[in-house]
Amino acid sequence: MGSGSGNVAIAGIGIHPFGRHQAMTGRAQGAYAVRQALADAGIGWADVQCAFGGSVAAGGADTLVSELGLTGLPFINVHNGCGTGGSALAMAERAIRSGDHDIAIAVGFDKHPPGAFNADPEASGLGRWYGETGLMLTTQFFAMKIQRYMHEFGISAGTLAKVAAKAYRNGAANPNAWRRQPLSEEEIAAAPMISHPLTKYMFCSPGEGAVALVLVRADHAPRYPAPPVYLKAVSFRTREFGSFEVFSPWLAPARAEGPTTKAARAAFESAGLGPADVDVVQLQDTESGAEIMHMAETGFCKDGEQEMLIESGATQIGGTMPVNTDGGCLANGEPIGASGLRQVYESVLQLRGAAGQRQVPGQPRVAFTHVYGAPGISCCTVLTK
Amino acid sequence: MTAGLAAVPADEGLFSWPDEPRLIGGNCGACGTTTFPSQLSCPRCTGTDIRPVPLATTGRLWTWTVQAFEPKPPYRADAPFEPYGVGYVELAAQDGSGAVLVESRLTEANPDRLEIGAEMTLTFVPVYRDDAGNQVVTFAFAPEQTAAQ
Repeated sequence: MGSGSGNVAIAGIGIHPFGRHQAMTGRAQGAYAVRQALADAGIGWADVQCAFGGSVAAGGADTLVSELGLTGLPFINVHNGCGTGGSALAMAERAIRSGDHDIAIAVGFDKHPPGAFNADPEASGLGRWYGETGLMLTTQFFAMKIQRYMHEFGISAGTLAKVAAKAYRNGAANPNAWRRQPLSEEEIAAAPMISHPLTKYMFCSPGEGAVALVLVRADHAPRYPAPPVYLKAVSFRTREFGSFEVFSPWLAPARAEGPTTKAARAAFESAGLGPADVDVVQLQDTESGAEIMHMAETGFCKDGEQEMLIESGATQIGGTMPVNTDGGCLANGEPIGASGLRQVYESVLQLRGAAGQRQVPGQPRVAFTHVYGAPGISCCTVLTK
Repeated sequence: MTAGLAAVPADEGLFSWPDEPRLIGGNCGACGTTTFPSQLSCPRCTGTDIRPVPLATTGRLWTWTVQAFEPKPPYRADAPFEPYGVGYVELAAQDGSGAVLVESRLTEANPDRLEIGAEMTLTFVPVYRDDAGNQVVTFAFAPEQTAAQ
């Protein structure tokens, strides 16, 4: 799945704040985000010609029509693990690019109980023993991947803490973030170890939230009130033989490129742009190490260069490659269905110059987003103004 | 393990039991790829000529972590939770065909005693009692010096 014609624009964005919202269902948060996106685009629900959306744990997106309006539009549910939001966006993009529709909605929402995800082995094609004996945890995978990476490329534990400190600092400047208290590198490093080498504050938490995006034909973009942002490419990939992925009872001895590398390369090729052209970057940061490894996998640096780049402040707002300007998963938590669309929401704000306190200086023109998740999927987008 | 009660494997097909316990992989007759556990077709070449192959009982630690909190179900345990190590150990097939990195529990949970590249040895650990009262065991790897003790 991929595209690069640049025939699609994002005319409206909506978000329900991320975090914990006891009194509100995940669906209600999804409907809220859709209404926000419609208002941003200056249109009504009746103007939307098709919709794609999903949640992993909070119900069918297509049932939102009972609240938003029974207009009869085609509304396709997407249930694609951590790629749910990205897949909805990719399909909405195609619906516009194909010429079938002029206005589409992509929506993602979720509501997860507190604590680590408890995955069902049999639903992933694995034996029940894998879960019963305590091997089926996403946290273990991320810890083992960064452990190996630190060993091979000389990344220090101090750099893991720096990444998390930046996330909470950026989250403090984001009114929609969940974790808005800055934490020092010392506090982060001294927190209880969850899965060595990662402490409690180096992991994101499953949470709640919703994001909706209104996609329109690029040549219609000037009709809408907000400055247009163009979706130049959206690429989705699954794992190939030899890549090191979450929920793997075994691995081949030789490593192959993972879905992140493949999806990022495809997105850049489709867009006719490269990492050097990008002004603001959102990367999957399930934990601190993921942001570090994904910087290299998406092509923004070479393996091992992250230590120096992060030390120099390159990934901070105001640095040469600002990463996770809204606080990423670490500060926003992870409502799976909404996570990938949150990155696009933040990119649109940054390209519009409307990101407030956390605005990247110098009028950014190109943004990049990257989602990674179970069972070895990645979705990347390139956006321009 | 309590005497008098049967010890049973966490899953049929993971390892031979109880005599000369070995992890059992699947080796692809077409491309030589080894998987663990065995599966019906090869994820590399899609071939279906898969034969069971016992894996080596020692290998090197490729990466590791320590599980510090009690997992949610379907995790099962009888004893109060104690952190446990988890890692990938590189094992050759015993007949010399392809190697495979096997994810496993480790008997060691102290980060100071776990090291990438260290030699590890196969062992078995109790995990929970099944509904019939049998002690369920699963495979684990121990650092060489602990295994020798």
